Amino acid sequence: MTDGTWLDWIVAAMIFAGAAFSVLAAIGVMRMPDFYMRLQATTKAATLGVACVAIAAALAFDDPSITTKSILVVAFLFLTAPVSAHALGIAAYVAKIPLWEGTLIDEMGADLRAAEAASVADAARESSSDEG
Amino acid sequence: MMGLPSMLLMATISGTAATAGLTVFSFATVLCFYRLILGPTLPDRVVALELIANLLTASLMLHGIAGPAPNSIRVALVLALVNFVGTIGFSVYVKRKGVREGGISTDD
Repeated sequence: MTDGTWLDWIVAAMIFAGAAFSVLAAIGVMRMPDFYMRLQATTKAATLGVACVAIAAALAFDDPSITTKSILVVAFLFLTAPVSAHALGIAAYVAKIPLWEGTLIDEMGADLRAAEAASVADAARESSSDEG
Repeated sequence: MMGLPSMLLMATISGTAATAGLTVFSFATVLCFYRLILGPTLPDRVVALELIANLLTASLMLHGIAGPAPNSIRVALVLALVNFVGTIGFSVYVKRKGVREGGISTDD
């Protein structure tokens, strides 16, 4: 452990930054009006908060194996957080989780409706050509 | 360190910061449990669980910094892995259920 050096103060600052980001993420998950807003609150703020704490752990220990593991946690978190958030968001959209009433832009809904109308029109054209 | 209370005399600066951070992370976890219990739909609860697991990962790392237990960093690494797999599994389940039933009701 480092004690009383400037590295110690950097570790403490990173811990407080991570705690601040995590509390912001938790408040966002609690207070946001919509599932998708809650999803973005947890996927960005919480990832940054945990990454700050992991970097603090990497700096706090002299043992290279623990430093490597902490950096591995940061890399893994930055790789998996967007993937899991995207999978969960698209699953919730397919499951018709409602958007907030104040939502202004819903590009994916427009695309989905256009694709649905096109497939319906194709089916109608095919059935009419079969009859003719 | 001379003017500090005797409880902090033996503590390092980073150890004290980690202990304070653990308190803050506990508070954040309590806020997440609000959404986990009251969340109207299943994906809301999945998001709350994912955030709780993330906060637990950070808390394990802080525990490793604060005390003489550096092994908890390894536990944090494994917990981050399991959290990702669990979220992907839940999203597949939500998607299948939504396609099969034409949407997930708020009663779930």
